[in-house]
Amino acid sequence: MTENGGTQLSAKDFASDQEVRWCPGCGDYAILAAVQKFMPELGLPRERIVFISGIGCAARFPYYMQTYGMHSIHGRAPAIATGLALSRPDLSVWVVTGDGDALSIGGNHLIHALRRNVNVKILLFNNQIYGLTKGQYSPTSPLGTVNKTTPMGSLDWPFNPVALALGAEATFVARSIDTDRAHLTEVLRRAAKHPGTAFVEIYQNCNVYNDGAFDTVREQKENRIHLEHGKPIRFGAEDERGVRLLPDASAEIVDVAEVGEDALLVHDEQAPTPSLASALARLSHTPHGPTPIGVFRDAERPVYDRLMDEQLARAREDQGEGDLAGLLAAGDTWTIG
Amino acid sequence: MAKQVEQLEQVTIRFAGDSGDGMQLTGGRFTSETALVGNDLSTLPDFPAEIRAPAGSLPGVSGFQLHFADHDILTPGDAPDVLVAMNPAALKTNLRDLPKGGALIVNRDAFTGRNLEKAGYAASPLEDGSLDEFHVHEVPLTTLTLEALKDVDVSKREAERSKNMFALGLMSWLYHRPTENTIAFLERKFQAKPQIAEANVKAFKAGWAYGETSEDFVVSYEVAPAPLAPGTYRNITGNQALGMGLIAASVKSGLPLFLGAYPITPASEILENLSRHKRFGVRTFQAEDEIAAVGAALGASFGGALGVCTSSGPGVALKSETVGLAITLELPLLILDIQRAGPSTGMPTKPEQADLLMVMFGRNAESPVPVVAAATPGGCFDAALEAARIALKYRTPVYLLSDAYLANGSEPWLLPEVDELPEIPVEFADGPNRDGEFLPYVRDPETLARDWAIPGTPGLEHRIGGLEKQDETGNVSYDPDNHDHMVRLRAQKVAGIAADIPELSVDDPDGASVLVLGWGGTYGPITAAVRRVRNGGGKVAQAHLTHLNPFPRNTGDVLRSYHRVLVPEMNLGQLLKLVRAEFLVDAVGYNQVRGVPLRASALADAIEALL
Repeated sequence: MTENGGTQLSAKDFASDQEVRWCPGCGDYAILAAVQKFMPELGLPRERIVFISGIGCAARFPYYMQTYGMHSIHGRAPAIATGLALSRPDLSVWVVTGDGDALSIGGNHLIHALRRNVNVKILLFNNQIYGLTKGQYSPTSPLGTVNKTTPMGSLDWPFNPVALALGAEATFVARSIDTDRAHLTEVLRRAAKHPGTAFVEIYQNCNVYNDGAFDTVREQKENRIHLEHGKPIRFGAEDERGVRLLPDASAEIVDVAEVGEDALLVHDEQAPTPSLASALARLSHTPHGPTPIGVFRDAERPVYDRLMDEQLARAREDQGEGDLAGLLAAGDTWTIG
Repeated sequence: MAKQVEQLEQVTIRFAGDSGDGMQLTGGRFTSETALVGNDLSTLPDFPAEIRAPAGSLPGVSGFQLHFADHDILTPGDAPDVLVAMNPAALKTNLRDLPKGGALIVNRDAFTGRNLEKAGYAASPLEDGSLDEFHVHEVPLTTLTLEALKDVDVSKREAERSKNMFALGLMSWLYHRPTENTIAFLERKFQAKPQIAEANVKAFKAGWAYGETSEDFVVSYEVAPAPLAPGTYRNITGNQALGMGLIAASVKSGLPLFLGAYPITPASEILENLSRHKRFGVRTFQAEDEIAAVGAALGASFGGALGVCTSSGPGVALKSETVGLAITLELPLLILDIQRAGPSTGMPTKPEQADLLMVMFGRNAESPVPVVAAATPGGCFDAALEAARIALKYRTPVYLLSDAYLANGSEPWLLPEVDELPEIPVEFADGPNRDGEFLPYVRDPETLARDWAIPGTPGLEHRIGGLEKQDETGNVSYDPDNHDHMVRLRAQKVAGIAADIPELSVDDPDGASVLVLGWGGTYGPITAAVRRVRNGGGKVAQAHLTHLNPFPRNTGDVLRSYHRVLVPEMNLGQLLKLVRAEFLVDAVGYNQVRGVPLRASALADAIEALL
């Protein structure tokens, strides 16, 4: 029995009547399809789901979802979603953002949403480029990227979104790939289940301005380091490679045959500190070699909106329901006859 | 020997001392005592933005002025009759405001070589004859306080810190203020530290006793209660009134209040106040910045809450983009701007009215927003209700303007009857509104407000956003005619609010040819100036705007019916510019940007010059 009255919804129930206007071949199509397909699993009626976005190609996402939605302003979606989630704990609130939206103009809102642990699910479509403004480098573009505003190469050291989220003490951090429907769906499932803020970086190919940016992991599957909780980290065509922790707390790629399975790092999503997850995130600062995907961290921490609700309930318990006349007359008063 | 008692009609007292001397607390308590006597009163706290500038220095001086009377008054007084100066720096910065013959009470103990030097005095003003024109009471406040507390178990430093209560006790005796509430207040405030409570109460009583026995004070004064309208009163500041007004708007509309805010002087107090009222279902969210604060408020509005953010000029400047989004989303949102002197950081604790044009026009493109302004501290309550009413009825962001003077200044406030407060009905859409479908931009033909469906409403799922939208459907549209239509619709909606607000009323008992037109927080000084002119036989009319966008529908007619129109403002002529542009009236300005309220006497002179 689902909460939507027993009617099982399907992907097409989540498609709005709007024509999708991304460039043909854009990775966003695959993500949209995966999300629409996953939505029925939430077990919620459509009216209780809200998608909020900022500005950019990814930000058109809410228009295509048959849920409540808001296409807001550049970088501010986490702030708007926070206000909505705090005042409406009954809703399932999702933010769709991009690398420029979340990490450049909206960086401040992102890190604060993550540290607060508000019940909002943030999907960051990372394509390492500004697509909507037609091809300027973004805060995730690799150093030396040559494009419209950097004819001699970009000078900015890029952000690693997963490392940033972990640094901001996010309680749920994951990474997936636009075209890997099964993996992306599983990550969405885990994100939805997580109490508090969930951060999901999705490698998304911009075939017009930055085609092939993620081919190292998108196409060469042997480079995908699948993270699985409680298991030694192994990858490669035959699982012949692995990850080991070094004395300086960084991680390195090793040949399993050389070091033995016992030397491998065992993945622990629930570690109380994000240190191990950060070491994994830094295995590939930009994905040009073996790159971890999956859930880096899934830790428990009190959820902001629940704490706020508890304070409201406690105030009512201790002081009784608010009484306006009593409020107005509080303190020293005097009466003139 | 029984001391002589003199009756006064009104008194203005200014307490001035170092930031660490507790002058705000002292002034606040004297105000509460005065309110209980039943005097009409008006206060002006005046403090530096620095929490504690170096002790004894000129920038560290903090003051609190209180005007009270046996009749209805409107301002905290142009100049004090009595100045209490706790140290040389306080004397130096405040003496220029004390008229000749005024009473001066100084803490003689503080006039040491070091303090005199810090205040820039070459010689002690107590000894060089420079205070001969004033009636000086030199009181060894520190010594007397230490003496009074010698049996109380507190350190010398703690004992010294009670000297403000000694001064309060003395002033309370001098003006026949009741003492019980202050004693109760001190016991409550220092509940956790009984020795400190005892020290403060003892110092307070010792100050009173000093007045009674010292030969320096031969006369005490009574100010009879003012004949205020019957009812129950409390003393209230503008910021307190705004907080209560917002809660009242929440209760009357049935929408939970959500406040997104980032601390900023002089607005932080509203966030602090509202955070204590969770039992009303109030959610306060201290955001990471000003942009997140308004964003969260808008997100809450989208979900069906009464979304509010509170800030001051520099913070409001950061909110422009989100306000633009709220305009096009057509969602209710309140933005409270507690104006302070600028530009930039300016003078954070000092009042100014120079954000009017920013809230009118400080956004990209055609983006009209209704503007409401509070006129008095108590009027902040009504302004909050009115701003919420407009926002919710017309689905629009609304700016509410207050200022640092209204925010911190206080006056007696007649408690309204809760049942008589206006209802704020809000109806959410609950079903299809056009041929079996829900279109988010279908409007009420009268108000032009769009239908508002909130998440959680089955079948009405829809998307809204910052891109231009097709009329009715809300779908993204780049059609030229549609954009022209939508721009005009949004403008018409705001302009149409004029039909739903009171006409501008004019106070013109004598058939004057000169009108004084004010707005917002200058109501007190302007009204006092007008009274002054009339008492001198001059004929002058007065009107005061609390709705700045749209203007009341008769504003043009009112302005054109006078020969001369004077617009006093604490800016360089912002309302003046608007009325000249809107109504083609050759109004003239009276403009002061000194970071202090307008002075009624100087304004009266300016009015008389026009008659």
